[in-house]
Amino acid sequence: MVKQQPNWSPYDNNGGSCVAIAGADYCVIAADTRMSSGYNILTRDYSKICKLHLIYQHQHNKQMSCPAMAQLLSNTLYYKRFFPYYAFNVLGGLDNEGKGCVFTYDAVGSYERVGYSSQGSGSTLIMPFLDNQLKSPSPLLLPAQDAVTPLSESEAVDLVKTCFASATERDIYTGDRLEIVVLNADGIRREYMELRKD
Amino acid sequence: MKLDLSGFESTAPFVGASSELVGGLAAAPSFDIPATTDFDGFQKEAIQMVKPAKGTTTLAFIFKEGVMVAADSRASMGGYISSQSVKKIIEINPYMLGTMAGGAADCQFWHRNLGIKCRLHELANKRRISVTGASKLLANILYSYRGMGLSVGTMIAGWDETGPGLYYVDSEGGRLKGTRFSVGSGSPYAYGVLDSGYKYDMSVEEAAELARRAIYHATFRDGASGGVASVYHVGPNGWEKLSGDDVGDLHYKYYPAMPSTEQEMVEGIEQEMEEEIEQEMEEA
Repeated sequence: MVKQQPNWSPYDNNGGSCVAIAGADYCVIAADTRMSSGYNILTRDYSKICKLHLIYQHQHNKQMSCPAMAQLLSNTLYYKRFFPYYAFNVLGGLDNEGKGCVFTYDAVGSYERVGYSSQGSGSTLIMPFLDNQLKSPSPLLLPAQDAVTPLSESEAVDLVKTCFASATERDIYTGDRLEIVVLNADGIRREYMELRKD
Repeated sequence: MKLDLSGFESTAPFVGASSELVGGLAAAPSFDIPATTDFDGFQKEAIQMVKPAKGTTTLAFIFKEGVMVAADSRASMGGYISSQSVKKIIEINPYMLGTMAGGAADCQFWHRNLGIKCRLHELANKRRISVTGASKLLANILYSYRGMGLSVGTMIAGWDETGPGLYYVDSEGGRLKGTRFSVGSGSPYAYGVLDSGYKYDMSVEEAAELARRAIYHATFRDGASGGVASVYHVGPNGWEKLSGDDVGDLHYKYYPAMPSTEQEMVEGIEQEMEEEIEQEMEEA
């Protein structure tokens, strides 16, 4: 009997890129808003950034810290280990001391706290640029060195805009509009920038 | 006579029922299974997406003063380096370490699960679990998921009542007790350095230096290993991180800056030619 090939796959790659940078007292998260499927653009206005902390707050009667959320996301992804979510995540926020923290994931939940990260179709273009500009000492070194970037908040936002302007030039799945979210002690701030729409 | 087949019953998860995070951790967690006729083929495609980090070098050995554990920190997805700062030595509890090779998520999740089980054992039995027991727990879990695509090649190192202990456990269901192991794509290189320099009667500093060198040489020759070489020591009071050095810096320490053979040959020929010219000029 001939082995039957499946005609339909539950997975689809919708493209796009996202970036997060951790600072001494802020965290910048940015993603483009284009959603594609193959060569088609499905929408130009899809937000890839979401807020998540309310359920934990109700259950545990305290604010959810970023490291706790990081573990939750890791478990959520790993529980689908044999039927994975097709998602490469970046989690950004502030830790208990108010320092920026960024966690980067693979599709099944392996995670790592880093100073900056990018995922998505443009990540191979953006990551080397961030390594060049922000290369932070590895958190594994002994004696330990601080992993967060010494850049100021506005410098980090400008850096992120530069990243996406370049990625848009060379990645067909990245473009349209850039959504930037900045978290700091004062709260959450959202900003938009137009990108090339071709 | 009715045979007792209870030993063959698997502790594999039930399809469909997904339990609460808290309740589910006491028993083996249950996982959603895709509704497909071709489970293996589907897993093969899913694995492409997961792309586990097989490129790695980890090693551990027992010596007079305890167990030395060392690893690199590179994670690769095909030819792309996805991270240079992966923690491959996982701290299960203050007196036991596990190493990571294979699927990063698999190793992280199951080591954390093992740590929880060890703690539960302590609370239930009022004493710490042995390294033998902990490695057996992990091996049994991995065996029950055998054939489902988990990729784990780990070493459990610890110090219990019987002294230092070291076991190798993998996702094929293998579990080996030993005194010297290296796992990963860089392991042949690490074994070469480790085996030639090993003595049982080493001090902690000497053993750490041997472990560091072995990792460095593996990262030098194996493209899939690199980043930071971390070295841990497990003694009677638990583990301690001894060093974390960038292998780029270790290169200048371990690789002596001598001129290469070709350069020496060229310099020798140039010198001879100069002498010949001088002689001719004197004769003329």
